[in-house]
Amino acid sequence: MALDSKTPSGPLAQKWDKHRFDLKLVNPANKRKFEVLVVGSGLAGASAAASLAELGYKVKCFCFQDSPRRAHSIAAQGGINAAKNYQNDGDSVYRLFYDTIKGGDFRAREANVYRLAQVSVNIIDQCVAQGVPFAREYGGLLANRSFGGAQVSRTFYARGQTGQQLLLGAYQALARQISLGAVQMFPRTEMLDVVLVDGHAKGIVVRNLVTGEVSTHAGDAVVLATGGYGNAFFLSTNAKGCNVTSIWRAYKKGAFFANPCYTQIHPTCIPVSGDHQSKLTLMSESLRNDGRVWAPKRKEDCTKPPGSIPEDARDYFLERKYPSFGNLAPRDISSRAAKEACDAGHGVGPGGLGVYLDFADSIKRLGVNVIRERYGNLFDMYEKITGENAYEVPMRIYPAVHYTMGGTWVDYNLMTSVPGLFVLGEANFSDHGANRLGASALMQGLADGYFVLPYTIGHYFATSKIARPATSHAEFRKAEEGVQERINRLLASKGKRTVTSFHRELGKLLWEKCGMARNEAGLKAALKRIPEIREEFWKNLIVTGQNGGLNQSLEYAGRVADFMEFAELLCTDALHRRESCGGHFREEFQTPDGEAERDDANFSYVAAWEFQGLDKPPVLHKEPLVYEEVHMSTRSYK
Amino acid sequence: MNLTLKVWRQSNGQSQGRFETYAAKNIIEDMSFLEMLDVVNEELMERGQEPFAFDSDCREGICGMCSLVINGIPHGGHKGTATCQLHMRHFKDGDTITIEPWRAKAFPVIKDLVTNRSAFDRIIQAGGFVSVNTGGTPDGNAIPVPKIAADAAMDAAACIGCGACVAVCKNASAMLFVAAKASHLNLLPQGQPEKDRRALKMVQQMDEEGFGNCTVTGSCEAVCPKEISLSFIAKLNRDFGVATLKGK
Ligand SMILES: Cc1cc2nc3c(=O)[nH]c(=O)nc-3n(C[C@H](O)[C@H](O)[C@H](O)COP(=O)(O)OP(=O)(O)OC[C@H]3O[C@@H](n4cnc5c(N)ncnc54)[C@H](O)[C@@H]3O)c2cc1C
Repeated sequence: MALDSKTPSGPLAQKWDKHRFDLKLVNPANKRKFEVLVVGSGLAGASAAASLAELGYKVKCFCFQDSPRRAHSIAAQGGINAAKNYQNDGDSVYRLFYDTIKGGDFRAREANVYRLAQVSVNIIDQCVAQGVPFAREYGGLLANRSFGGAQVSRTFYARGQTGQQLLLGAYQALARQISLGAVQMFPRTEMLDVVLVDGHAKGIVVRNLVTGEVSTHAGDAVVLATGGYGNAFFLSTNAKGCNVTSIWRAYKKGAFFANPCYTQIHPTCIPVSGDHQSKLTLMSESLRNDGRVWAPKRKEDCTKPPGSIPEDARDYFLERKYPSFGNLAPRDISSRAAKEACDAGHGVGPGGLGVYLDFADSIKRLGVNVIRERYGNLFDMYEKITGENAYEVPMRIYPAVHYTMGGTWVDYNLMTSVPGLFVLGEANFSDHGANRLGASALMQGLADGYFVLPYTIGHYFATSKIARPATSHAEFRKAEEGVQERINRLLASKGKRTVTSFHRELGKLLWEKCGMARNEAGLKAALKRIPEIREEFWKNLIVTGQNGGLNQSLEYAGRVADFMEFAELLCTDALHRRESCGGHFREEFQTPDGEAERDDANFSYVAAWEFQGLDKPPVLHKEPLVYEEVHMSTRSYK
Repeated sequence: MNLTLKVWRQSNGQSQGRFETYAAKNIIEDMSFLEMLDVVNEELMERGQEPFAFDSDCREGICGMCSLVINGIPHGGHKGTATCQLHMRHFKDGDTITIEPWRAKAFPVIKDLVTNRSAFDRIIQAGGFVSVNTGGTPDGNAIPVPKIAADAAMDAAACIGCGACVAVCKNASAMLFVAAKASHLNLLPQGQPEKDRRALKMVQQMDEEGFGNCTVTGSCEAVCPKEISLSFIAKLNRDFGVATLKGK
């Protein structure tokens, strides 16, 4: 099947305007006849649900936490990009577009990225109007800072809690629509399947996590904004509940999964302290504005107190290797550089898996108060976890799984290969190519929800004209029974190993074979091992308790069961992509100085996988990436 | 280290609860408190017993999901620290630790250590927003906000909605939460048009939810993981008073 991205024709800068004009509209009086099911209440889901309700659509919104305000977006620290050029430092829509395309190693769809840069400016306006308390200068205007992969200051922030404040803005807009009766909210509810009627997504199956009741909802369209799948690796910076379930079940119903191997390893996380570790904590990339990354030049210095190591015995490896971007080199590049240093025996801390992020110079230059004002909460967070005071000793950091660029394939309208099914935010594959730049995920989630979907979904309603079925339809019964059966099967598992132990084993395998660096032999070994772990999972798993009430062991088992299947697709995609690009680093494909070697002649396409059944290999569909405006260059940050 | 846990077990909102005693063995000091609980739960499951349910998600102190009363104090009593940020280096071998859910009429127990805090969402729905639709908003820099106001608003907006303030209060009052949420918006120019209505509506909803009255003992400020200041309660009282006088 040819994948039609529905990218509009015409000059890049005019595509979105033209497209908005070409989209069919739904008459205001008719909007209330359409019901939209929005799964997820993070930046993407909450902004979409609120905006659709404001337009007059009837909306139901679902999340698994106890409140929509707790979606994982809340944890984003550093900031959100926008091409406002408030700093007069040469920024523009075109520059943000170009930086994002380049940062993504020329593996994103050009027209989407341009649109993202265009609407970025509206996002800031929207959030300010909602009362998001962005950082300000003394004159009362908005403050900015710079972030990795950019040489201009275009990142807006609210202390170290930007995600929290943006999410609260969207949550408050959502709360307003709930109070007006336009949105019905279902917290502590997990979506477990999509229902297709005549090939269109027309409903979902959900489980009420408090009562255990499984039920169905019918809608005119289904929107999934369920976040990323980084937790496939067990240890990641994601919240414990993050999962692949909704988009995985959609994949099994025919929604293609694109570029699953593009996973982002963030360079600045607190290193692992032991086997008990349940998650990893990010130290915002913004720290690299004032912190200098180094490792001891001599291996024997690695166990000495960092303060005792003289200046000339330190290797500031990012500054050395990438003089023009220095400590602000993009994430994939910085992570690999840290791994290289540790692999070569220059790592510090437990197991030698860490490098220093040192603020001594900045503290000397700016004073400790300025550093405290900028990053105080991050330093506090670091101290709580490690017991160390980073104003006095350098932080220890190591890369960790952080973000997933891959996700459900969507066209320019954010619609998947299943008509009526839309996917937004981190859950889709769209705008970040093979590597996301810092402060761009918040931008994309809000762009999708506030400014893209509200236009494009109307076109689907106006053109498809398929009536909303009743939940008594046979397809709903069938999907519900399937979900119930799987739950019963999990509950009947009375083996010997806990869900966590399986999840940890799977995660460790993925981290080793499909993590920061990948190779053919490793990926093949993983692809052999995953089905074995999965088989044991279904034979030897312990799930306690019953269905009729809150059962966290059952919830978790269901999510890990999906990771067990998904992991195979992740490795399949990584094996097939015989090039290195962005976060996907294949050891066989590197330049003599260890940089990623892209193969544009053979791999400048989006890999969209179609499910064929668990025992059959998925079918690969290619969406060629055509660059009308930019010239695909070799990424250099030197 | 080895510890003894006394954990609140309750099958559901209707049933009676009780404390059960568990041993937490071979705990290391770098573990977080929740990781220690994970270890104990793993062992329970391996023995075919039901683990105790507790809420957590981000595990870095920002989502507000975690909600444990530890030795009588919500979040365990370390300054500016949510349960998930508490580490075992603060305990010592042989300690007995009591773990309970938030206790307040407005936060009914769902199971074990998990409570229903949807009352907070309804307070926000009553007026904790600025009524702007998507699109058509002025340029971000068209509304200058003095840095002092922005900083103060941010201090209030830092609230994570965990409910520790309610759990610690002898009257189970939600004043610190409501004050933080109302003040965040009432301190900003964007929040002015609805300032009076916001104060009235949010307080009214708080009362309807069954939270108790505030007698300004300050225990809420002491346990707040984000160290939200009591002065916001004074601000809310002022905003509420002005709105009442205006008869809005
Ligand atoms: C620690 C950290 C810091 C970050 N910092 C930044 C930053 O500074 N700048 C930046 O741009 N990006 C940052 N990111 C990335 C960014 O935060 C995320 O990519 C983004 O917030 C994802 O938003 P979302 O709306 O797509 O998904 P989420 O916020 O993850 O929301 C997912 C929603 O889906 C719901 N859900 C999931 N599965 C189901 C299901 N099966 N049934 C029902 N509901 C379900 C959840 O309940 C939730 O409401 C950071 C990420 C992390 C982990």
